[in-house]
Amino acid sequence: MLRIFAAVQTLRAGHKKDNKNKKITAKKGPIKAAFAVGIALFSASSLPAIAAKKVTEIPLHYLRLVPEARPVLSNILPPPKDLGEAGAELAIADSNTTGRFLGQHYTLNSQRFDEADALLKAAESIIKKDAVVLVDVPTALMAQLDKQAKEKGALLFNVANPDDALRTSQCLNNTFHTYPSRSMLTDALAQWLAGRRFSQWFLIAGPTEGDQAYLAALKRSAKRFGGKIVDEKSWSFDTDLRRTAQKELPLFTQAEDYDVVLVADEEGDFGHYVPYNTWLPRPVAGTQGLTPVAWHRVVEQWGAAQLQSRFIRQQERNMQSEDYAAWAAVRSVAEAVTQNRKDPKAYEASHIQQFLLSDKFHLAAFKGHKLTYRDWNGQLRQPIPLVQPRSLVSQSPQAGYLHPVTELDTLGFDRQESQCEMKNTL
Amino acid sequence: MKMLTTNKMLKQLRNLPAKAGLSALMLGSLALANPAAADMAYISNEKDNSLSVINLDTLEVVNTIDVGQRPRGIVFSKDYTKLYICASDDDTVQIMDTRTGQIIANLPSGDDPEQFALSPNNRHLFIANEDDALVTIVDTEKRDVIAQIDVGVEPEGMAVSPNGKIAVNTSETTSMLHWIDTETHELYDNTLVDQRPRHVEFNKDGSLLWASSEIGGSVVVINTENREILKKLRFEISGIHPDRIQPVGVKLSADGRYAFVALGPANHVAVVDAKSYEVIDYLLVGRRVWHMEFSPDQKRLLTTNGISGDVSVIDVDKLKVIKSIKVGRYPWGVAILPTEAMNQLQAER
Repeated sequence: MLRIFAAVQTLRAGHKKDNKNKKITAKKGPIKAAFAVGIALFSASSLPAIAAKKVTEIPLHYLRLVPEARPVLSNILPPPKDLGEAGAELAIADSNTTGRFLGQHYTLNSQRFDEADALLKAAESIIKKDAVVLVDVPTALMAQLDKQAKEKGALLFNVANPDDALRTSQCLNNTFHTYPSRSMLTDALAQWLAGRRFSQWFLIAGPTEGDQAYLAALKRSAKRFGGKIVDEKSWSFDTDLRRTAQKELPLFTQAEDYDVVLVADEEGDFGHYVPYNTWLPRPVAGTQGLTPVAWHRVVEQWGAAQLQSRFIRQQERNMQSEDYAAWAAVRSVAEAVTQNRKDPKAYEASHIQQFLLSDKFHLAAFKGHKLTYRDWNGQLRQPIPLVQPRSLVSQSPQAGYLHPVTELDTLGFDRQESQCEMKNTL
Repeated sequence: MKMLTTNKMLKQLRNLPAKAGLSALMLGSLALANPAAADMAYISNEKDNSLSVINLDTLEVVNTIDVGQRPRGIVFSKDYTKLYICASDDDTVQIMDTRTGQIIANLPSGDDPEQFALSPNNRHLFIANEDDALVTIVDTEKRDVIAQIDVGVEPEGMAVSPNGKIAVNTSETTSMLHWIDTETHELYDNTLVDQRPRHVEFNKDGSLLWASSEIGGSVVVINTENREILKKLRFEISGIHPDRIQPVGVKLSADGRYAFVALGPANHVAVVDAKSYEVIDYLLVGRRVWHMEFSPDQKRLLTTNGISGDVSVIDVDKLKVIKSIKVGRYPWGVAILPTEAMNQLQAER
């Protein structure tokens, strides 16, 4: 009995101390030795059939512009430094586990910049023929990088920019978007609000470009799903709300009767203080309160619990939307390469792009749906969880919103509303 | 803490005069559970940390047994004296004494055991460790880990061939079937299938392997000998979007006539002609149907429906759903204890 106990204890201890190599140490000598060899040689030695294969290296790049953050009022929880990168790293690890059976090895070269010029300079040497690059940059830079990618024959993945313009008017022909657009997020919220009959909306928006874009997305969603905007206010106060929220916000939220307050405050400047401080006792949603996201710790259905625990174990923090988008980008590439592994062109950027846009591609991505790309603008279709800090409230599209192609296209700008024609430009 | 208690309990049990002690100590649960002899279905409730026991004559829940955290895969030993339970969040496989309903031991299973298969030798458990990309082989007699084998990301489905020579594991994120030689404990082949393979099932003579792919929406039938895919089945239900058709559990009737495929959030079970591979019918069951098991006489098939929290009972001859039975939260696995086995267990007292 003691032995069992000891084995289990070893196991648990292993869980805590050593994350990378969690094998139970077998007691029998020869087996133990075999394990050690297996580990040392990346397990290939125990798989004679596979060890013989030639290993193909698949390098991926990641460029991030992280300018110094503007000071915000609610500066209590700073975003993690490796936001997004951590998701890509997990996907690289996942793909390498598969890759060792197929003779593929993925690597990631992540670079962070605080100035656009430095990033552009680095991009010159990275964006080359057949390069696959994940990017987290503002819209203007996005367009420049895409132009380079087109000239050189590279492929980009936008893993953090929600700008609707990039999906509708400023079409990027060599860039896929794994991060949802603002309109996808607000449509997801609006569908749920309509289902709950929270139809009278009171909007509050901050002054930044992002806040105004989010506000525009909310207004579009209101029109689309029957929300009525009873009032709209701009946030311009500059008091420290941790001390005076109780006094400021009730007055600020006086308006005609509303069912819900919708906040557009992407940087979390004042929005976190709106819930519980509204003049009327009403729920708060949008960038704070009930929030539409690409990913959140509370998502656990459809096998998501496993992705979450892998991420937490590897990164020691919770997985966020940007991490998920980067994860999905790397997994998309790996899936394309795996499916076409017998084709010598499988590793070419144009080939990957074609495959991702074809009906042969789908991604298992823990959201209860297979995910595909919109072939006109390269946007990853995806369900949008609606979350609050400790629970999943719902996931859109809501039941009953039908679409001739896929119900996922009830979220965001549809084909007819976009000028982009990615597939036709290949 | 839990481990210690179990160990202590076991020591105490050992010190008691064998059988007399056992029955005196733990008369209770089986007798209570079975007022009349009948086949009993054990259902693992993933979010209730319990098993629901259903009397298959009356089709009612007659007992609920508390077990470890997040119970998923469950399987009886070949002699039905023990029920093995994957307690995923406790990182252990628990052994329940069928007679008493008590957990008598915890096996070292590797982290996050999800599904497993018991070898025909009644001794070796092949366990998929979902968080660790490993398959762990445990000797249930010595209660010891024999080997661990590297497989793809998120290993899930497990099956051992009827002759005990091959174990097959599915890895969900790698989208592969891994073929393991049970003597050498080595991986000898990998078969790439559609995305998110969930479940594998050998036919009776072991010549064919059926494998479901949840996100790929397909089921493949593979020749075990050369690992070639003979047939890929797809499913189509009018009024249900193809994305929602996500095959998970597969069960083959012993007479070789049917294959039943649980279609997850499509809330249907597909009935397939196991010879022609034609889909014959789709049966509406509860929400998010995952796993299934036949009654010992093969006349009924039980399905676990996670979201609706119930079990649907299918009449196999008529291909009709005859009842749904409310169980615990998120029912996951199902294992069935036949009357004869139970009688024998009671007689042994």
